[in-house]
Amino acid sequence: MTETVNGTKVQRTSAGGDERPLLEIKDLQVGFTTQDGLVKAVDGINLTLYRGQSLAIVGESGSGKSTTAHAIINLLPGTGHISGGQILLDGQDLTKASKHDMEAIRGRKIGFVPQDPMSNLNPVWSIGFQVEEAIKANGIATGRKEVKKRAIEVLNQAGLADADRRLRQFPHQFSGGMRQRVLIGMGLAADPQLLIADEPTSALDVTVQRVILDHLESLTRELGTTLLFITHDLGLAAERAEQLVVMYKGKVVESGPSAEILQNPQHPYTQRLVAAAPSLASRRIQSSGSIAAAESSMQSDAGHAAGEAIDLIATAEARAEAMEAAATAPPAIIVENLTKVFKIRGSGEFTAVDEVSFEIPKGTTMALVGESGSGKSTVAKMLLKLEDATSGKIVVGGKDLASTSGRELFELRSRMQPVFQDPYGSLNPLRNIGNTISEPLSTHGYGTKATRRNRVFELLDQVSLPRTLISRYPNELSGGQRQRIAIARALALKPEIVVLDEAVSALDVLVQAQILRLLADLQSELGLTYLFITHDLAVVRVIADHVCVMQRGKIVEKATTDEVFDNPREQYTRDLLAAIPGAGIELGA
Amino acid sequence: MAGYIVRRVLQAIPVLLGTTFLIYFMVFAMPGDPIVALFGDKTPPPQVIEQLRARYHFDQPFIVQYFIFLGNIFRGDLGVAFSGQPVSEILGATFPVTLRLAALAVFFEMVAGISVGLISGLRKGGIFDASALVMSLILISLPIFVVAFVAQFIFGIQLAWFRTTVGSGAPIQDLILPAIVLATISFAQISRLTRASVIDTEGQDFVRTAASKGLPRTRIVPVHILRNSLIPVVTYLAVDFGTLMVGATVTEGIFNVPGVGRTLYQAIIRGEGPTVVAFVTIMVLIYLVVNLLVDLLYAVLDPRIRYAK
Repeated sequence: MTETVNGTKVQRTSAGGDERPLLEIKDLQVGFTTQDGLVKAVDGINLTLYRGQSLAIVGESGSGKSTTAHAIINLLPGTGHISGGQILLDGQDLTKASKHDMEAIRGRKIGFVPQDPMSNLNPVWSIGFQVEEAIKANGIATGRKEVKKRAIEVLNQAGLADADRRLRQFPHQFSGGMRQRVLIGMGLAADPQLLIADEPTSALDVTVQRVILDHLESLTRELGTTLLFITHDLGLAAERAEQLVVMYKGKVVESGPSAEILQNPQHPYTQRLVAAAPSLASRRIQSSGSIAAAESSMQSDAGHAAGEAIDLIATAEARAEAMEAAATAPPAIIVENLTKVFKIRGSGEFTAVDEVSFEIPKGTTMALVGESGSGKSTVAKMLLKLEDATSGKIVVGGKDLASTSGRELFELRSRMQPVFQDPYGSLNPLRNIGNTISEPLSTHGYGTKATRRNRVFELLDQVSLPRTLISRYPNELSGGQRQRIAIARALALKPEIVVLDEAVSALDVLVQAQILRLLADLQSELGLTYLFITHDLAVVRVIADHVCVMQRGKIVEKATTDEVFDNPREQYTRDLLAAIPGAGIELGA
Repeated sequence: MAGYIVRRVLQAIPVLLGTTFLIYFMVFAMPGDPIVALFGDKTPPPQVIEQLRARYHFDQPFIVQYFIFLGNIFRGDLGVAFSGQPVSEILGATFPVTLRLAALAVFFEMVAGISVGLISGLRKGGIFDASALVMSLILISLPIFVVAFVAQFIFGIQLAWFRTTVGSGAPIQDLILPAIVLATISFAQISRLTRASVIDTEGQDFVRTAASKGLPRTRIVPVHILRNSLIPVVTYLAVDFGTLMVGATVTEGIFNVPGVGRTLYQAIIRGEGPTVVAFVTIMVLIYLVVNLLVDLLYAVLDPRIRYAK
């Protein structure tokens, strides 16, 4: 433990020793005033963070983790307010700090890196302007030249090369990863003692996520910044923080050193989180190697979770059996040399999909994996004929898609249904659930009003939702429930093929696990063929039989799931695998 | 950017042709013979009528009249009013007055509307917000001529702060009261729009991020909230320009402003085809130019538009 000049550069110590904690939260309560009275989002949490340490708050959305972060910097949204407890920063109670004091603390003492890089930069000001105003507001530098120099320094430090050239550009000219670097740079612009990172990489591709988190880690270590990290991904949290705090419904259910919690979770909720995290589950399947080992780990899981765990390993195992049976069936989808070229005004052509070929055997799942921009969604759009192919062939159920049109295409569409990523955007908020699910039925002239209603009930049963939902509206449902509705709608016409475009990416881990389980069950029950598009290899391990890895429009690796995970041939695939959070964590099971 | 402006200017051509044709047709279809009406109760000799008809091309079929008019416009000749004065001369005398009035009105409605909207938005649900809403509703419900007469009576006659009618040369101090009256039409809309826009912007993530950087409120409001909120307001301004011209016609009549509105009104009453068409054509032209300017201003406010080519 060596202290340097200004007292902020303290080397990391594993425990605080006799030192005073930098941040101490005592019995914090945060409430939101609603028409039904006060709703408590954070209900009496305690937390201690020592200088130079890193701590992660883990929980699903609605658990109060982001609210805690916002309470610390006193920027609670809407009617939110601190209704009790203390937040001590270096001994000063922030809940009693004046508005003026808080302005001095924000940025200078507590840096904040927000969640969504797309919405957290003001679109009408240049990057340079926004970084420079942070520097000026905190009095880090004065004079135009000095401020600009510091801005470049900060951005370079955050890993943004050629920052001096990019200062004059605007946020929309930056990629998500670059914007996040800018936000990290802004958060660290005034050398704060504490950096709060609220899901800083959730909106980014896995490989970008890894690079950014690595950078954030080395940067905070170098500067001696204390890190408070907020995430929904347990694997990520354990990998990136020394201490874990697990939150559930506004309360801390478990806290302690990361490795300890992961290997020996005490609270049932933590146990479920550990069991459900795809990043961890896929690790476990991988490390077990044989079915026997998987079974034993499955049992130990079941033991932990007291029967509550959603068992992704068993799901994966059942999949393996189904696949053997399917090996002899004719392919449901054949894609040959599929190419899509977009014309870009002014700068010629852009090949989004380049000579892609694959087959999907009936009743199996093919995962199309790649980062955003790799062309995977364009393949899905062409398969659904929402986009025309530039060249190449798509054969669905023996029919060439290019030559079908009108009536035939209409019929083909009933056999091929999509589920999209965003369950909030893909359901019409003005139509109730019953209408939403029965829409494809009435479009395709299925039965009478009464039989359609019965089919809707049947579908609600299939996706394990109560029948009473039929008259409810999307805004009354949770993200997971909405995605179930989207799946029910896709299944309404008894399709043979379902195209799942990032269908679980927007969901919380526990919900994600439930949906994956549901998809697997429906597949074995109904003999569905899935094209599963995702950027998350961890999910692939659980659900897919075959994997195609796409990079810049081309398929760079094509193999069975086991081969890809056990024996990746391409460097790119290895990068993707390494980017699964929690890769280096020893598990207890 | 240059390509964009050229494209917009080219788009204006069919719009101008269409509007002039429509207006010309409507003036043509107006009941009554304008030449006969010109002489009031007197009955002029038939050859005088014939002569006048030929002079204004009223003896030709409609479509020929229209093309003669168009051809003249291209040669910069807007025709001659019944008074014998060239229309371009009347335009030259009246347009500067109306432009001054309109500019003043826009200034008043922007300053008042945006300030009231900003404060209401920042203190949503407060007393200021509630009174602003009531005020706006009252102003929206009142026809402009009522506002004009009431203003004229109170500020012009009772308090005698302003002159009740505009003197010759239309000096700025005489135009203030008519401009305020004209501004009331759109003040309510602008303040409500600004309010909604401010509330929307304040809830944006980047505003919280700005605060998390340690910026004081006095900087966040103008830099991060107001500028972003102005984008829809500026767009509204373009549409609003039409309302302003309608309002100007009424207001100029009441305050006796020697501007376009009053002259146009008189020309319509007299059925003076050439004058009406020429005036309206110029108005359409100005409307198109204002819309183009607003779109360019929009690009200044929002860099995403600027670079999205």
